[in-house]
Amino acid sequence: MGKFDGVTPEAVAGHGLTEEEYQRILSLLGREPNFTELGIFSVMWSEHCSYKNSRKILKRLPTEGEGILVKAGEENAGALDIGDGLALVFKIESHNHPSAVEPFQGAATGVGGILRDIFTMGARPVLLMDSLRFGPLESAESRRHFKGVVAGIAHYGNCMGVPTVGGEVYFDEAYEGNPLVNALCLGIVRKGEMALAKASGVGNKVYYVGSATGRDGLGGASFASRELTEESEEDRPAVQVGDPFMEKLLLEACLELAKTDALVAMQDMGAAGLTCSTCETAARGNTGIAIDVAKVPRRETGMIPYEVMLSESQERMLVIAKKGKEKIVEDIFAKWDLHAVPIGEVDSGHLMKVYDEGKLVAEISAKALADEAPLYTREEERPAYLDETGKLDLGKIPVPENFTDTLKRLLDEPSIASKEWVWRQYDHMVRTDTVFLPGHDAALIRIKGTRKAIAVSTDSNGLYCYLDPYEGGKIAVAEAARNVAVTGARPLGLTNCLNFGNPMKPDIFWQFHQCVQGMSEAARRFKTPVTGGNVSFYNESPRGAIYPTPTIGMVGILDDLENRIPSFFQKEGDLIFLLGDTRNEIGGSAYLALIHGLKQGLPPRCDLEKEAGLHSFFQEAAPARILRSAHDLSEGGLAVALAECSFGGKKIGARISNVELMNGRIRLDALLFGETQSRVLISGDPKHKEAVIRLAQDYGISIYQIGRVGGRRLVIEDLIELEVDEALTIWKNAIPRRLGGQGV
Amino acid sequence: MKAAVVVFPGSNCDEDCFHALRDVAGAEVRYFWHKEKNLPKCDLLVLPGGFSYGDYLRTGAIARFAPAMEAVARHAREGRPVIGICNGFQILLEAGLLPGAMLRNQSLSFICDHVFLRTETAKSPFTNRLEKGRVLGLPIAHGEGNYFCSPDTLRRLQDEDRIAFRYSSTDGRLGDEFNPNGSVDHIAGILNEGRNVLGLMPHPERAGESVLGSEDGKKIWESLMA
Repeated sequence: MGKFDGVTPEAVAGHGLTEEEYQRILSLLGREPNFTELGIFSVMWSEHCSYKNSRKILKRLPTEGEGILVKAGEENAGALDIGDGLALVFKIESHNHPSAVEPFQGAATGVGGILRDIFTMGARPVLLMDSLRFGPLESAESRRHFKGVVAGIAHYGNCMGVPTVGGEVYFDEAYEGNPLVNALCLGIVRKGEMALAKASGVGNKVYYVGSATGRDGLGGASFASRELTEESEEDRPAVQVGDPFMEKLLLEACLELAKTDALVAMQDMGAAGLTCSTCETAARGNTGIAIDVAKVPRRETGMIPYEVMLSESQERMLVIAKKGKEKIVEDIFAKWDLHAVPIGEVDSGHLMKVYDEGKLVAEISAKALADEAPLYTREEERPAYLDETGKLDLGKIPVPENFTDTLKRLLDEPSIASKEWVWRQYDHMVRTDTVFLPGHDAALIRIKGTRKAIAVSTDSNGLYCYLDPYEGGKIAVAEAARNVAVTGARPLGLTNCLNFGNPMKPDIFWQFHQCVQGMSEAARRFKTPVTGGNVSFYNESPRGAIYPTPTIGMVGILDDLENRIPSFFQKEGDLIFLLGDTRNEIGGSAYLALIHGLKQGLPPRCDLEKEAGLHSFFQEAAPARILRSAHDLSEGGLAVALAECSFGGKKIGARISNVELMNGRIRLDALLFGETQSRVLISGDPKHKEAVIRLAQDYGISIYQIGRVGGRRLVIEDLIELEVDEALTIWKNAIPRRLGGQGV
Repeated sequence: MKAAVVVFPGSNCDEDCFHALRDVAGAEVRYFWHKEKNLPKCDLLVLPGGFSYGDYLRTGAIARFAPAMEAVARHAREGRPVIGICNGFQILLEAGLLPGAMLRNQSLSFICDHVFLRTETAKSPFTNRLEKGRVLGLPIAHGEGNYFCSPDTLRRLQDEDRIAFRYSSTDGRLGDEFNPNGSVDHIAGILNEGRNVLGLMPHPERAGESVLGSEDGKKIWESLMA
């Protein structure tokens, strides 16, 4: 028996449970758990499923707001009302640990998991996005991670027929050995057709649908709740293997089922598989549930109940059918050639009962598992490194002599460079709704049958958060909202994926707390409630913890697609304006890191009032149709933003000639490459000049007319001069050349 | 025009083709499920893109055995138009309705992009509203679009004017730099002997509305409705 002997102190520790947690289990059960029950508790009380270390802090995030249909934590994903009888269902989730160990399958199943979270609610997934972090491409391990993750995302998303329309990719030593793979999915559902994951109706049959169960992914939730070590390679069996074809069938079958009146509840089997889906549906519905694992379809022989309950085999769902309508469920899954096997029923009382051929093998209160994990307030302490990084003596940073060279080096920096190598591998046009191609500030997709469009952006700057977690958290939300707003869309709500190190370390927990506080403040100010997401702790490799990286997925709505504002220059002769003031801020910038080798200083400060004014400006400018383009300034500042405005659209150059207007008494490098927040580069027809200036003034936004679109060169006074084609070549080849010359 | 879109398990451009035919081209459209055998009479059959049966084994290799394929073959034999787009093209090759085979893209990775095609013949129900040499901008999205055939077959395709489209520059020049996948003779689409079956890697259904960046795909539907 070995591994599956009785419950010993070693077994308890081996399952990642503390002595205190074990005592709690004893008192909840009123007896000792058997081995199966111990396994069930361990996965449900893992950080991944219970949020035991984060929940108290997460309560600070605003979750209420206009149009919220499903709040954070209530269901598999949050939902927002967008009018026209439609709701958006969206969520972002991490698959960091699996991707570190097996990049291709780890990333692929991350996409599969987030898709299921969306269609389990009856929503048709219409877009995917991915926020990725890797170590520098100079390292062979990082290249392997990067290539594998991108191929895995493409493999799964492309086959599903859901376009991957954007995202972000950053490279930094902080992620070496512990890449971040955060996948976002958004779906649309008619309000009346939303499916919930709440069990009800004693005697209603519980169906197991989809793929058969194997030993893959055994204990994946627990694996995700530990640090990565040299031995993590041995955890490879904890990584699941995805079958997107099976998931495509499951998607179609589940959506067909959601439109019938045969469905009571539906929940995907993600982390903690059958265990989580059964106890959570029961706990939400205040009912009991009884299943017999002997009835579960299997792809391997000799599996014991413990393994069946903890397997994380992919492409499976739990469906509760209305009594008398079982045939409807069975027929739909038969049509799609999928398993649909009754494995139990909704029970009176509050217990989750697991049988094996009629013999009771586990009996636990569903709520104890789903809702009664211990909640911790971890110790926190301001990290000592901040004393060092906070010091930045600008007087000791030389201003470069050749700004054109500086710009070229920034364009060659993979985090700033074109991500075409990545998104060209993703089908980003399937479903024929993609209006903005990847590379825009936000993805924009139309909703057929309406005038509306959905704008989505993912953002986070890990270095900012490392140097100042509070301000970094604020900026992550502000920048995501800005990216959505500059398209003309109104930011409505956000989902987040909070990637941090080990929460048991006081300095990590401090980072986490500070980030969430910054995010909360910004989200409140923009009236963009948090509709859900996930927390990924233990992102540490033997080299140390990653940068605190709270990834924000901001969702907005554009009421009339025709009012959209693209990110890039459209027409020769258009005027260029800069919105927002530029300050002497180079701390935490890509410029300081790349050119001076310093990851130091304080990141720029974000004034939420100014930021909100900027968003309002665009909501008025879009329907007035006075702008031809709008692009947010971020890494690399004004010079990089200007270059991007030239690259993205019609490849037209620009001449900037009024630099002194914006330059109060600040350094030229701060002016050109600094990352002061709440700034946007806009262009428009000269005939709208007065209207644009007046509108900016109405919202108290500084506006500077700085130049004109046109020509084949990028010129910033006598500071920078560069052919568009030359700049474009550098920017496009930065990633491919580091991968050994594989062209885009 | 009455059209039917075949739906295999794993098809994922079926709804897009349905939308393009009904809402853009104004045709009457229905779906034809892969388990069906009896196809009500229609003017056009579309085999859409996607990953039929997961494209396990080989792209299109399993789909050719679907019950619906008998009706597809019958429809083609009767001289009525069949268009296979992307995975649909791959299935037509596997089913022997078109000659040749697909290899993986030369880059060995999936490619999604906007490309340009040069119309090589106006003599087909799919291209009669185009003129020879006319360049179209259409999206591609495939991992295996590297068309390959024997030198004999290629000569026949050339001699019989059965190459419908080649990858090209925006102004119609040919060259490896304009060929996204390495296909032989820059082939993007071919016709059968009867000229009523077209296999095409690019997606005309994704280029029918200005909001999507190109309306060039409409030309193919317009030809079919002419």
